[in-house]
Amino acid sequence: MLLALAATALVAVALLSDLIIPRVEELWGRWRARRQRAPAWSYDPGRERRAEQRARALLRSCVNEEEWSMYRDLGFLRVWGTLADGPDDAGGTGGAPYAYIIYPHRPIIAYLAQTHRLLNEYCVTFPDETRPYGSSRLPDSDDVLAKWMALTGDERRLITTANMHLPGRQLDPAQVRRDLWRLSQWERARMRQLAGGDGTTPPTDRQSAA
Amino acid sequence: MKPGHGEVLIAEGDVERADDEQRLIEEFRRQLDAGLWAAVPVADTDGRRESIMVRSFEEIPWDADRVIFFPRAAGGR
Repeated sequence: MLLALAATALVAVALLSDLIIPRVEELWGRWRARRQRAPAWSYDPGRERRAEQRARALLRSCVNEEEWSMYRDLGFLRVWGTLADGPDDAGGTGGAPYAYIIYPHRPIIAYLAQTHRLLNEYCVTFPDETRPYGSSRLPDSDDVLAKWMALTGDERRLITTANMHLPGRQLDPAQVRRDLWRLSQWERARMRQLAGGDGTTPPTDRQSAA
Repeated sequence: MKPGHGEVLIAEGDVERADDEQRLIEEFRRQLDAGLWAAVPVADTDGRRESIMVRSFEEIPWDADRVIFFPRAAGGR
């Protein structure tokens, strides 16, 4: 009787092992992960500020003077698109000029330059998984520079890597249109200034840290 | 580019010196093997700036003064 029960139990365990073993391994893994001591990096505002200042200096050394002024004054960069029929998944632009707006740590917005019609949001990140200070997030200006380099260096590759969404998923389209309006105002003021016009300065909505 | 730090100088040298060049090549490969992307900012004659993404040391323009490594892109949410 006892032998029969033991044999039955063995057969049952053997049959259920496919279900039980992965679950046991998962629980063991979780238990070990909980016991591992993660390095505790506290947020240091001074360190982050110094990192951002270095990032701004690097960005400034890479883009031209107009782009730097745009970022300093408006908080975003515009990059012109170079693909003949617009970015993928945008339904084609019919050859109309288009551009991207690059915000720090926000999606890249593609839009038609003349009508300001928003085409797509491209969600892309540049995570540093080594997490040197507990975070994988680059300083704001480094994120902008990474997007700028990837877009100007290989636009198609970046666009295909990004997750594409319709406008409005993360960024309020009204806010983006306001930013495009601010950009056009800024460009007019800059043109006047460069032409030696009325001496007004471009609108500044963002304090410069550099 | 590093979180919490910004720009970090990894290596520097003169590619016309053989020992420097070898060290730069090794460092370049190490960064790419670590999964980073490499780009060289360049300027054209009109003052327009752009970057060149490079996948091998030979692709770096001969007059480039720096190569910037940054984490590779991933689709975000």
